[in-house]
Amino acid sequence: MTASVFFGCTFIAFGPAIALFLFTIARDPLRVIFLIAGAFFWLCSLLLSSLVWFITVQISNKESSSQQKGLLIFGVVLSVLLQETFRFGYYKLLKKANEGLLMLSAEETMPISIRQLAYVSGLGFGFMSGAFSMVNILADSVGPGTIGIHGDSQHYFLSSAFMTMAIILLHMFWGVVFFDSCEKQHWWSLAVVVISHLLVSCLTFQNPQYVGSLVPTYIIVFLVGLWAFFCSGGSLRNLKLCLTCKDKDFLLANHRPR
Amino acid sequence: NIPSMSTSDSEEDSYNERTALVASEIPSVPSYQQDPDQPQPADMEPRRRTVAPEPAAEPPSLDRSAVEREPVDLEEEEELPLKYGAKHVIMLFVPVTLCMVVVVATIKSVSFYTEKNGQQLIYTPFTEDTDTVGERLLNSVLNTIIMISVIVVMTIFLVVLYKYRCYKFIHGWLILSSLMMLFWFSFMYLGEVFKTYNLAMDYPTVAMIIWNFGVVGMICIHWKGPLQLQQAYLIAISALMALVFIKYLPEWSAWVILGAISVYDLVAVLCPKGPLRMLVETAQERNEPIFPALIYSSAMIWMVGMANPARHAEPTNQDTGTFCLISAYNPLALTMLRGVKLGLGDFIFYSVLVGKAAATGGDWNTTLACFVAILIGLCLTLLLLAIFKKALPALPISITFGLVFYFSTDNLVRPFMDNLAAHQFYI
Repeated sequence: MTASVFFGCTFIAFGPAIALFLFTIARDPLRVIFLIAGAFFWLCSLLLSSLVWFITVQISNKESSSQQKGLLIFGVVLSVLLQETFRFGYYKLLKKANEGLLMLSAEETMPISIRQLAYVSGLGFGFMSGAFSMVNILADSVGPGTIGIHGDSQHYFLSSAFMTMAIILLHMFWGVVFFDSCEKQHWWSLAVVVISHLLVSCLTFQNPQYVGSLVPTYIIVFLVGLWAFFCSGGSLRNLKLCLTCKDKDFLLANHRPR
Repeated sequence: NIPSMSTSDSEEDSYNERTALVASEIPSVPSYQQDPDQPQPADMEPRRRTVAPEPAAEPPSLDRSAVEREPVDLEEEEELPLKYGAKHVIMLFVPVTLCMVVVVATIKSVSFYTEKNGQQLIYTPFTEDTDTVGERLLNSVLNTIIMISVIVVMTIFLVVLYKYRCYKFIHGWLILSSLMMLFWFSFMYLGEVFKTYNLAMDYPTVAMIIWNFGVVGMICIHWKGPLQLQQAYLIAISALMALVFIKYLPEWSAWVILGAISVYDLVAVLCPKGPLRMLVETAQERNEPIFPALIYSSAMIWMVGMANPARHAEPTNQDTGTFCLISAYNPLALTMLRGVKLGLGDFIFYSVLVGKAAATGGDWNTTLACFVAILIGLCLTLLLLAIFKKALPALPISITFGLVFYFSTDNLVRPFMDNLAAHQFYI
């Protein structure tokens, strides 16, 4: 419960996301705008699900804790489904906007491709989701206190940080896969995305048994990441060229005078 | 007459997908330091063509057609809004974000700005320490009415002064108010920061610091200075003003005032007889810039007062068709096309909203939600600007979104997220 915990957890949770933002998104104004719009859409979905949850809580029995827990689980599932619905809504909006932009501009190509939009919107969802999960916890970690003094887990902050990082990365991967399956009309892969999101959220019901929730979550992160990599056009050959710095197109394109 | 260097952010766009939209160009206005005969880099080419016909552009007529644009090549006609749109949105996002960050950081650390000791502004004389909810509501509405009337009266006074060309009076008024901000309020702020962090300080050092800060600020804002320094000072002033509002406006009055001022903004800028619209139109008729001291400009386009006879091809703000407006307390319009301008009042009220969200309750989620809502509102306003191409009020959409998200996040999302965090469920 000191500055080191605060900084450690912040960098664990948001490090990859901020790095992605700084290196790929920050330089391009259009991407930044779509990132913030993605965050806004996630926020709207959260608002709607909180509204429904709030109403159900008001009409329920506030004394019974098992009922409250049940309602919370219902809230989680509803929230996941609403998030994916809003992701779909954002996809539709972006398609329309792209067509509009294309008509407005004299260019033949769209200023930003749907794949970039998928990545950016996924990251926007991830940022907002991670921020909402983590920021209050981080604010508390700066202050004085002892974690787990009443018998709860002592690894609360750390596990939250790792879980947040996983969620942010997952949102980004889900965004890429989701948009790709919408483009190709592969509804089954859409369903797999939704189910994996539900799975990750339901795994967290096991907290504070972190082994049961964190390990499978990271396995899912890895698998969905691979899937997103192949969806966005990656291949072993590409990867090899990139890692051995032999990818001529990439090198040429990135050669900018500083 | 705000001079400054042109922002030199010329990134080269290397990917084809981006070059079409994101232009790194800024208006090719040479600064007072740059050699005007310097060859411009190739990617500024398209703009040179648009700038060159300037002297031939006819002066803006009284005809109120929405946009007065210099003659541009036809294929660039459609590109311009897109090219500048995204870049200028970001050029406004950054200062608005910075102002909000400063205000939130101060609110969260310096407790002075959240302490209520019963002192209120004379504009909000009714107390909110009442017995019943109804009375409190009534008092806050009355406070709002008084505050808005004061603002309306001042704006109309300003318009009248402008119409009758009492420029000296207006300049004196602006100088006086920025003097107060830069010296008195910053002195108070510095004092509170020292108190919070328990730093020992002596008066001569403080006098030195405040004197330098204030004088450089006055010079930058009212005369010449580097663009970024000027922008920084404008952000600082807006933050200080927002903090004053947050401290001295009573709780409910603040929210009602925010709502009322967005409505006023809408009316004042869009109605044909609205004071701000009349101000804009008068300035356009006279082909003059307006009150540069209270406008945040994302790029340098003001060259009035610095005209060097050899460089008469520079665009003035009127030739480029930009026009925007601010009044001393609620700057409201903004425009596009050659650098976007946003009034300081917009900065102030956005920061008041986010600052109040940060002050009431220790929840960061509410603050974040308001922040994102305001940015999206600003984005939408700029989109409307690109579509309608005339001065638009910057407050209504953002403040509406901000208020909606503040109240809903505070009352609906907060219990949900708290419950989730308590069980460590993730959505």
